[in-house]
Amino acid sequence: MDSQVVLAVARLPALLADHVMLSAAALALGLAISLPLGVAAARRPRLARILLGMAAVIQTIPGLALLALFYPILLALSSFVGGGIPALGFLPSLLALSLYAVLPILRNTVAGITGIDPAVIEAADGVGMTERQTLLLVQAPLAAPVAMAGIRTAAVWTIGAATLSTTVGQPSLGDLIFAGLQTQDTALVLVGCVAAAALALIVDALLGLVEHAIARRRRGRALVAAGAIALGLAAAIVPTLLPRQPAVTIGAKNFSEQYILARLIGRRLEAAGYRVSYKEGLGSAVAFSALAAGDVDVYVDYSGTIWNNAMKRADNPPRAAMLAEVGRWARADHGVGLVGSLGFENAYAIAMRGADAKRLGVASIADLSRVAPDLVLGTDIEFLERPEWRAIRDAYGLRFKAQRSYSPSFMYRALASGQADAISAFSSDGRIAADRLAVLADPRRAIPNYDAILLVSPGHAGDERFLAALRPLVGAIPVEAMREANYRVDRDVDKQTPEAAAAWLERRIGR
Amino acid sequence: MSGTNTLGPEVVFDTVTKIFAGTRAVDGVTLTISPGSFVALVGASGSGKSTLLKMVNRLVEPDSGSIALDGRMVAAEAPYRLRRHIGYVFQNIGLFPHMDVGENIAIGLRIAGERSRPTVRIAELLALVGLPAAMATRMPDQLSGGQRQRVGVARALAAAPGLMLMDEPFGALDPVTRDTLCTAYRALHDRLGLTSILVTHDMAEALLLADRVLVMAAGRIVADAVPADLLAGRAGAEADALVAVPRDQAARLRTLEAAGRDG
Repeated sequence: MDSQVVLAVARLPALLADHVMLSAAALALGLAISLPLGVAAARRPRLARILLGMAAVIQTIPGLALLALFYPILLALSSFVGGGIPALGFLPSLLALSLYAVLPILRNTVAGITGIDPAVIEAADGVGMTERQTLLLVQAPLAAPVAMAGIRTAAVWTIGAATLSTTVGQPSLGDLIFAGLQTQDTALVLVGCVAAAALALIVDALLGLVEHAIARRRRGRALVAAGAIALGLAAAIVPTLLPRQPAVTIGAKNFSEQYILARLIGRRLEAAGYRVSYKEGLGSAVAFSALAAGDVDVYVDYSGTIWNNAMKRADNPPRAAMLAEVGRWARADHGVGLVGSLGFENAYAIAMRGADAKRLGVASIADLSRVAPDLVLGTDIEFLERPEWRAIRDAYGLRFKAQRSYSPSFMYRALASGQADAISAFSSDGRIAADRLAVLADPRRAIPNYDAILLVSPGHAGDERFLAALRPLVGAIPVEAMREANYRVDRDVDKQTPEAAAAWLERRIGR
Repeated sequence: MSGTNTLGPEVVFDTVTKIFAGTRAVDGVTLTISPGSFVALVGASGSGKSTLLKMVNRLVEPDSGSIALDGRMVAAEAPYRLRRHIGYVFQNIGLFPHMDVGENIAIGLRIAGERSRPTVRIAELLALVGLPAAMATRMPDQLSGGQRQRVGVARALAAAPGLMLMDEPFGALDPVTRDTLCTAYRALHDRLGLTSILVTHDMAEALLLADRVLVMAAGRIVADAVPADLLAGRAGAEADALVAVPRDQAARLRTLEAAGRDG
């Protein structure tokens, strides 16, 4: 545990700097949008109602959804202008967080200005101020304390929501939290949460000092607090201005196996002289598009996932034929290179407690359909929305008493504790053997193949040096080795980090 | 400060009309106010007196008719430029709460381009309204009501206007402070040769301060007389009704006083 805390803390400075930069940029953009709108709306009650209504609607969109929404929007925009707009990483995070910052700033700016004593405005008119002079000399200083309170709220929200930008590939303190949640590593989660909370509290306190200083007209104090904020920003920004070596980016979806394989690939590329960075915790749908767009240079996907989701194919050809077709399609439609299969499969499977399976006489999904109406199905968050589930359900006529979604780690706990009777397991999951689960056979071949395949971006599809570093991984990882590596990260006691598991796996496969 | 020999402008209203939501707040008023005179506009609430006043510095725009200062149409100039040479004092004062007294008084000079704080001029203006120079560094919320309105008057006088518009300026003050300020302002008016238009609902105040009293009802001027004629009942029925109030009060006070002496 201690060494895990040390590892997490070691990643902290770089992630903190990214987090600070993203939050500050989003807040600045939010201010640039909402201050002028607030001033305009303060003079026009109808406009104020419309703008505040729109900002409130945006606020009700969950943060994750808002971030995910920007991905297709930016992708479409990029193809419209002929490419060049990054759809992942900093830009979508910035836009989503800025929109979040708008409501509190806009609301408080309007309230600050409309709350000014009308006699003061009459006096400003009476002495002959222009509209601009009234704004700068009277409305701005008098509304400042109220507007500043809105800016504080926006800053705290933005810093909190910035942790979600991890899911669209922007490094932030969320990297620690999401990695920790997926690998059940409490230390990582805590370090990430505490750091984000501390950052929010410090920024809130400094902005609070500015607010009080403005309200009491203590210019000196406001400058000192503003100076402290500027210093913190500089500390985050200056290191990024120093020249960096070009790096390759390794992508990972949001589960343990992906984290481990990303690190395994990273170790190989570093050994081959590349500087490596990671975009981890990507949504399953986002990962392939990120690779095709060049935001990610290499990652591991699964043939069936590409087949069903990206290629929208419903048929289920034999393994070799599917692999060849995926490779052809990826190259022809997206310029993406298929390096090869890693040698194991991570297919969706239905699993039950071994004892239950024996007692109920269930050995295949066909047997399960007979007893399913009395059972509860536990799934990961996306399974019920996936075509694989529809294929299994329709092929076997499955109907359960209830269906519940969990994050993968909690899904296994739900099965162990009896909250669920059958789960959507993964065939490479280390917990299958460890928990003595029965994996049900698929006699009607409803579930496609899910060979783990190594994919590289269009920019590296013909890059021999790059491919040469990756090729030794092709066909090198038997499913037992992957299960063991996964279990080292997922188990509840003596947990390892994905880095440590990747190092173990590298030794195990002898490459 | 304008010398005693130059007087404030002549103010001419030519069939000025203002309609609010179908009601004629000001209904075709034609009127000439001579340079350096002190005119009181008296009337009940809603009689249109404040609206008439605010059309002079274009805080309210007339629907028809025109207003001229010394022959120059007020509509010919940008409102903010016009207002910089007209003093405006109103009941709620509207001191800028984030500026000290000196900054409040000098605001007209600052918006016209003055860079540094005109300390001497601020002291001069404070003296003019009977306040010590040390008051300049106080914040408005540290002042009494009377002090605040004195600062309001000083602010209105800062740009050396010839014309002062006063909308119930002393209405919110206690009677003693009010009387003191009225007397002090009348002295300023004479000394600076101002043209002053005072809106008030208090006939006694109008009679004691003004050279000429205009009585308004339903947007029209229903009486126009010097105080002596008003008191003598030579200004018509509406005016008499308004004059009757302070006259009765004075009579009753005299009776009380006599009874006190006798008892």
